[in-house]
Amino acid sequence: MVLWVDKHRPRQLDALDHLPALSRQLTTLAANADFPHLLVYGPSGAGKKTRIVALLREIYGPGVEKLRIDVRQFSTPSNTKKEISVVTSNYHMEMTPGDVGVHDRLIVTDLIKEIAQTHQVDSNARRAFKIVVLNEADGLSRDAQSALRRTMEKYMSSLRIVLCAESTAKIIAPIRSRCLLVRVAAPEVPEIRSVILKVCKKEGLQIPDNFATRLAEAADGNLRKAILMLEASRIQQYPFTDDQKIFKSDWEIVIDEIAQSIISEQSPARLLAVRGTLYELLSHCIPADVVIKRLALELVRNLEDNDGFGVKRTVLQAAAQYEHRLRLGNKAIFHLEAFVARFMTVYKGYLIDCGMG
Amino acid sequence: MDDVRSQEEVVAVLKKTLESQNLPHLLFYGPPGTGKTSTILALAKELYGPDIIQSRVLELNASDERGIDIIRAKVKNFAKSTVSSSSRPSTLLSSSRLAPQLHTQFHAAPPPYKIIILDEADSMTTDAQSALRRTMETYSRSTRFCLICNYVSRVIEPLASRCAKFRFRPLAMSAATARLEYICAEEGVNVGAGTVETLVRLADGDMRRSIMLLQSAHRLHMGNEITVEHICEIAGVVPEAVIESLLAAWTSGSVSQIEAAVASVVRQGYSATQILDQLQDRILADAHLTSKQKANIALSVAKMDKSLVDGADEQLQLLQLMVTAY
Repeated sequence: MVLWVDKHRPRQLDALDHLPALSRQLTTLAANADFPHLLVYGPSGAGKKTRIVALLREIYGPGVEKLRIDVRQFSTPSNTKKEISVVTSNYHMEMTPGDVGVHDRLIVTDLIKEIAQTHQVDSNARRAFKIVVLNEADGLSRDAQSALRRTMEKYMSSLRIVLCAESTAKIIAPIRSRCLLVRVAAPEVPEIRSVILKVCKKEGLQIPDNFATRLAEAADGNLRKAILMLEASRIQQYPFTDDQKIFKSDWEIVIDEIAQSIISEQSPARLLAVRGTLYELLSHCIPADVVIKRLALELVRNLEDNDGFGVKRTVLQAAAQYEHRLRLGNKAIFHLEAFVARFMTVYKGYLIDCGMG
Repeated sequence: MDDVRSQEEVVAVLKKTLESQNLPHLLFYGPPGTGKTSTILALAKELYGPDIIQSRVLELNASDERGIDIIRAKVKNFAKSTVSSSSRPSTLLSSSRLAPQLHTQFHAAPPPYKIIILDEADSMTTDAQSALRRTMETYSRSTRFCLICNYVSRVIEPLASRCAKFRFRPLAMSAATARLEYICAEEGVNVGAGTVETLVRLADGDMRRSIMLLQSAHRLHMGNEITVEHICEIAGVVPEAVIESLLAAWTSGSVSQIEAAVASVVRQGYSATQILDQLQDRILADAHLTSKQKANIALSVAKMDKSLVDGADEQLQLLQLMVTAY
């Protein structure tokens, strides 16, 4: 059984519902004999990957969909063997250098250069160059990025690089100046809604307008999430009703509960209780930055408006500060707990000031 | 060499060295896209001509393995071998007749030294750089080094003091504009009014960036006129309207409004660094703020930039900036 997300993923550029102008531009780009390096960026679930795959198809034809997975080996300077899995077709290859952690520079210097130095094998190919797609390019280390600089220029005749990233902040300027930047904005509510209706039509389902709108709003601009939620709701209850509950992930509920509980009581005992829940979240592989972000936004949402600028402001500042430290440190629970404790202090102080505490 | 624009001092000095057959070690530094690599390659070509450039010039950049062992082995070996003056190919004279514009440098034999170009030297490890120190001195009879980097502070002091330093300035507006117009004319690009100026302004003196932008725009809009909006979109510039909405939320002072504005901006996928840049410009130009307020905001902006580079979440950072400052 295939998830609807994959089943209804558009395969061609002109089948994309979202951002038609961008699709048209990409089509002209693909029709051109020449092709620049690309840096595709945008929030998750906006369709970056779908666009890249569709673009590849536009360039090389359907042959690009015959994929195989290779495991490439390379050795680090300290002579340990490392492996990375690479998805390849005859014309392109796709990898996530972040998989090998600190050794990602070697991927660039060894693997990509090796690919760059060999020419297109298939003489019938429509283009003389191959394309390397690098996923999660914002996770590339600085070393790897500066190694990429010259590779991109030197092997222009045989290689194009497509970088796929959520934000351009961590891509160094020299790389940005070598790429054509392609921004993929997240779809708006009406667009998500129309996609939901389309999927339902294809699946032969009836969906009330109201419910579709609510799903689209809950998806937060993430199309993948929207379709996954739709499928989850379908399993939960069908036919859909207007006021059907929208399926929320467990972790979201848990975090919302944490927010409620620390607003209602600020004490060491409560902190201890929250610690248990936080640990549980982490052990279920919910990334700590996602936890802290949702928690902060939920807190701000739940504080009454007349709580004023003061508390909310400190919450947001603290969230940003601890989230930053989270990236630098490596023990997530410390920072999560510090954030909770900070919130408790600030909020308690505020309540006492108001004469309520 | 004559084609290098906007870097008069550098070119003047290098031209002198072409005449005098002597060259110091060089250290080129400056922002990206100002022609550092192009200049040294042009110099090498003029010095050696196309025939022997292969054997006289070694170019290493960050994409090559450049640990300490490479410096010890590869660079040292290359530096060691002396140039025999008799190795001058006899075809040189004839080639100089074939290409009269090259004649100046072939009055004499090619200079009796080789050049090692270390591109992107600031990404070399400190160890590798220290290994270079002695090598540079010992083999200075036969070899000249040229280090190229963006940040001179990342090249260790002992190396920097061995070299003649040249700073490459960002290209002057007029030079960049002239060059872009030349390219447009050569390639038959149909540019709208003001487009070239926008290109130059956006690239901030980075010539490669403006040419890349121009080329991308040309490819995306085959044959059609390229307008300012097209350029802004592919350069990743945040439209004024979006910045306006952020500023409006900011001045309103309400957290929920700020939250909504930030969420919508992040969802549209604009890069936070770019937003930061443009916000900063707007704030500096704002006449209603006192210097102290501006200074405070600048501090927050700097902090946020650092956090972003460390990989912090864009949405939270933007929120923090907007609730802190003002």
